[in-house]
Amino acid sequence: MTPSSTTTSSPTASNPADPMQPGARRQKRHGRGNDGGDALIRPGHTSTSYTQLARQLVTTLPQAVAKLDPRHVWHSPVMFVVWVGSVVTTVQAVADPSWFAWTLSIWLWATVLFANMAEAVAEGRGKAQAATLRASRRTTTAERRLPDGSLETVAASDLTIGDVVVVRPNEVIPGDGDVIEGMATVDESAITGESAPVIRESGGDRSAVTGGTTVLSDGITVRITTRPGETFIDRMIALVEGASRQKTPNEIALTILLTVLTIIFLLAVMAMQPMAVYSGQAQSPVVLVALLVCLIPTTIGALLSAIGIAGMDRLVQHNVLAMSGRAVEAAGDVSTLLLDKTGTITYGNRRATQLLAAPGLGNEEVTRAAYVSSLADETPEGRSIVELAAAALDSPTREALDRLPRDGATFVEFTAATRMSGADLPDGTAYRKGAADSVARWVTSHGGEMPSGVVTEVDGIASSGGTPLAVAVQEPGRAPRVLGVIHLKDVVKPGMKERFAQLRAMGIRTVMITGDNPLTAKSIAAEAGVDDFLAEATPEDKMALIKQEQLGGRLVAMTGDGTNDAPALAQSDVGVAMNTGTMAAKEAANMVDLDSDPTKLIDIVSIGKQLLITRGALTTFSIANDIAKYFAIIPAMFVILFPGLDALNIIGLASPKSAIVSAVIFNALIIIALIPLSLKGVRYRAAGSTALLRRNLLVYGLGGIVAPFIGIKLIDLVVSHLPL
Amino acid sequence: MSDTVSGLLTIAVLVAALAAVHVPLGSWMAKVFTDTRHWRVERLVYRLVRVDPASEQRWVTYAVAVLAFSVVGIVLLFLLIVFQSVLPLARGASMNVDTAVNTAVSFVTNTNWQSYAGEAGTSPFVQTVGLTVQNFVSPAVGLAVAIALVRGLARSSGTDLGNFWVDLVRGLFRVIVPLALVGAVVLLLGGVIQNLTAPTTVTTLSGGHQVLQGGLVASQEAIKELGTNGGGYFNANSAHPFENPNAVTNLVEVFLLLVIPFSLPRTYGVMVGDRRQGWTVLGFMASLWALMLTAVTWSEVHAAAGPLGALEGKEVRFGVWPSALFATSTTATSTGAVNSMHESFSALGGGGALFSMMLGELSPGGVGTGLYSALVVAILTVFIAGLMVGRTPELLGKQIGRREITLTALTVLVMPLLVLVFTGIGIVAPLVTSQMLATGPHGLTEVMYAYTSAANNNGSAFAGFSADTPYTNLTLALCMFVGRFAPIVLVLALAGSLVAQRRRPVTAGTLPTHSPTFVGLFVGVAVVVGGLTFFPALALGPLAEALS
Repeated sequence: MTPSSTTTSSPTASNPADPMQPGARRQKRHGRGNDGGDALIRPGHTSTSYTQLARQLVTTLPQAVAKLDPRHVWHSPVMFVVWVGSVVTTVQAVADPSWFAWTLSIWLWATVLFANMAEAVAEGRGKAQAATLRASRRTTTAERRLPDGSLETVAASDLTIGDVVVVRPNEVIPGDGDVIEGMATVDESAITGESAPVIRESGGDRSAVTGGTTVLSDGITVRITTRPGETFIDRMIALVEGASRQKTPNEIALTILLTVLTIIFLLAVMAMQPMAVYSGQAQSPVVLVALLVCLIPTTIGALLSAIGIAGMDRLVQHNVLAMSGRAVEAAGDVSTLLLDKTGTITYGNRRATQLLAAPGLGNEEVTRAAYVSSLADETPEGRSIVELAAAALDSPTREALDRLPRDGATFVEFTAATRMSGADLPDGTAYRKGAADSVARWVTSHGGEMPSGVVTEVDGIASSGGTPLAVAVQEPGRAPRVLGVIHLKDVVKPGMKERFAQLRAMGIRTVMITGDNPLTAKSIAAEAGVDDFLAEATPEDKMALIKQEQLGGRLVAMTGDGTNDAPALAQSDVGVAMNTGTMAAKEAANMVDLDSDPTKLIDIVSIGKQLLITRGALTTFSIANDIAKYFAIIPAMFVILFPGLDALNIIGLASPKSAIVSAVIFNALIIIALIPLSLKGVRYRAAGSTALLRRNLLVYGLGGIVAPFIGIKLIDLVVSHLPL
Repeated sequence: MSDTVSGLLTIAVLVAALAAVHVPLGSWMAKVFTDTRHWRVERLVYRLVRVDPASEQRWVTYAVAVLAFSVVGIVLLFLLIVFQSVLPLARGASMNVDTAVNTAVSFVTNTNWQSYAGEAGTSPFVQTVGLTVQNFVSPAVGLAVAIALVRGLARSSGTDLGNFWVDLVRGLFRVIVPLALVGAVVLLLGGVIQNLTAPTTVTTLSGGHQVLQGGLVASQEAIKELGTNGGGYFNANSAHPFENPNAVTNLVEVFLLLVIPFSLPRTYGVMVGDRRQGWTVLGFMASLWALMLTAVTWSEVHAAAGPLGALEGKEVRFGVWPSALFATSTTATSTGAVNSMHESFSALGGGGALFSMMLGELSPGGVGTGLYSALVVAILTVFIAGLMVGRTPELLGKQIGRREITLTALTVLVMPLLVLVFTGIGIVAPLVTSQMLATGPHGLTEVMYAYTSAANNNGSAFAGFSADTPYTNLTLALCMFVGRFAPIVLVLALAGSLVAQRRRPVTAGTLPTHSPTFVGLFVGVAVVVGGLTFFPALALGPLAEALS
């Protein structure tokens, strides 16, 4: 970038409601606790305490019972088999009542019920959010502008695409649209939870307004861009309620595998009856159903949909709305992350990092000069110079300098023509600070000269990717002198290097996108620790990069907010639009970040991975459980016929009946026990895949083999006292 | 030398020989199936059957070619057998129609289940023109299918899997025929007979008369093992002294039946451009084989007290260890040749042979079938484990999505479906139970063994079970046919869906499919899936027998 733009400020930086301030967001998260609020913000992950969960389980009981409807259970083939088994067992228990048959049928129904509860609890969280969203949707009327300029009052639900409405202060915007006239501050807390108002104005990247938000000051004219019933809030409601929830590709694949496993076990159990008949001991249908239910992967079958709902919900907790579950899964697969430099990797404005005195001069003088000349510079760069200089000055000096305006000093504003700012003191002393070449011209035109040492410093800063500003002073009657150089540079946000290292460990390559020249880009890329960068990037370059990555088989994630980002957002596999962005960007993306925090992408990737890991871990656990169940049930079924089979009863269960009942009870209770895990997700730490695999295999594979041996034994200790 | 030492030495020599041969043979096969030039004799064949060797086939065409070739083979073989009495060299051999159906299906599916007595049921003409031809081409078909699946993984975003006719011809001319030639010579040198003399009548020590059949045994024997066929020239199969006279030929035969299946992982590694992938599959196959060998040998050695152990049904000239080695290897591949009677094994030993087959013939499995069965389990493993690293599961950069997992799961389903349904029906059907020799758990094992052997295209039998009835012949034929071709079609469909995908690059987030952890998991999935499917049945058969 040329020094010509050194002291211009970016529009976002001066936005009072800058949503990128992490402090503000965090505060908000803590500020709204359990009140349910008028927004999506809810307490973090700790919400799943056991007492709370117990309460949730009890309150969802009616829903869970309603979900016993076979038409609902049918959606999960595994649970449908359990449902049919429960019916068979109940019929058997009625026809030939016994403690054993009744105990089994009750616990089989409980298995189905627990699965329904898991789903209902997961859905329940979304329902609460949907209710608060609905409340914000009750706009009643809108002022529609007719072609002749007159206004008519219509119901908001009658607005269609292309209608133009006028919204005045304290009115609710009736639908999604673009501002075509005017500028206003808008309270968007209804959807973002962010109470600080944001500015919406016609033209540019901040023209999009969302129905249901409130205009606070001024007035705007909005062109409606969505049909009634399809607004952003409508879609959000559908999403958080799970009404539009489609099974994701991985979930479908897993369901297929679980169904085939169920068929295999069904065959194994069905083939067993003739073998048992041949061996001389036909088994009762109750026992066969018990065996079947224990073998089919009920644990994962019961929790699968809860895991999916909870995964979406976790995104909502992070204030991200995914338009499809597919995108959440794709996030786990992302291998290239495109990050905009400004605002994501760096603070978004250059900051002063160093004051270099001209050769032969002391630091004191250049510091004072830099301070004075920037006092009235309200740009972020100017403020950063004041901050840096202030830290180097002792307080009496600073106070003396701060009095200068009252003492009659006049300040020289930055203009594009002079590309300098500064101060003229009453005594005639003039301080100037600005682009090195402008200052040099100023100095030479007033009879001074640019020392070669300063030129060297300037070149050094420029070649390192920074921006040099020169500081000069002209004392009355003397030729101006150059006092030194200010080193401005993009400051990388703290912690970014570590995050990129984490991403690298996860197998994700980060590419920094910037409009800077390659030199500057390279130095920032090196400092931030990104893997690659795209300098002087145009939207076309970005698009080409995405396509090239995808051609190599990589999934690409990116963030964007502007209309010119829309094609790239649509092309990328995971496109996250900032809520502050344009409607076009939001339409093109498959996720919207309500906090408009570009670093959120990293969290999104983690959530996607966590979702997949949770499914895989519970599948493994579920299948590993079968080993113990076989050792419990098979000897129990045939020990009378073949006493030798008691050798397989390695955990020493009390009696055949207690063994079977214990296995079924364990099978049901494990679902309840794993509901918290399926809602929270398996803990994901950024690590290489081998380490992850080994850890999860140890916990869920080996754990899945061992846990039921212990669990069934413990239950048996209790059950053996029942009159079975 | 004690049995243990000689047994261990035999195994050591076998493993050393396989270790030495599998690398060059595997690489050779990779070259064979990626070569762009054709041999002159091959071009001649292509011209004769009017195939353009340069054209490639999509999975559907490839599958149709496999099916057409095999169905025509079954029909021709059936006609040959039915009309053998009017064909040359009849020598009075004859077969029922249902037995003929069973035999035709059996040899075309690489099963070589023999409901008839080898030397009495088929004339030398049928043996040579029918059975022997299938002994050569049926493994070549399996090999072609495996190669097509490997191409599905190796190639990126295409549609073609190669040309079945080219793969078939090359497999025959460049792999199977030359190796069979070498094998036959070695066996001949070892003492296996090879003659065309008329039957000899000898007077036995007790004064009775016995007719000894001669024949082209050594050549038949070589392809019987090499092609994982298993159909013996004599009814007694490799227990017969003319087929397998001594410990050396025994070792050579075990080597021959293992050599191609154990070399194919190398072929796979070379063809996908990542030899470590080949090592993974080899590690998987070898672990399972070693596991089963240990189990079967242990139970045979400990089966009976007394100085000789469990020698019932075993040849004294081999002893317990080589018999266990042969039994494990023949059931771990889809060979089904036997040098001892599995029926007479200890309950756990026989159960081990049975379980080897129930794993799905992948340790190392038949020629070609072993590799594709193992890759199917690899995909299953990747699907379960892959989720645990937080990515959509992928093998060699190919995603295992809805279509892939459906095909994989269905492939896995076929064999248990056949075994469980037909064993379940058979064990209570008087038609079947009347044919059983034993009662109780052992009788159940007999029936289960027969259907497991058929559905896995193994061909070995628990000899007590007389399967030559219309019902058993036809149901076993059905098991053999479906057990062979349903997986082949599914695997080719899988290859078709994999080949269309672009290969994704490997990153730190990709699940590495070459780590020891993965091999362990791979073995675990095979054992757990096989074990969970068949544990109830095994509990009532071999386990109940062993524990009572």
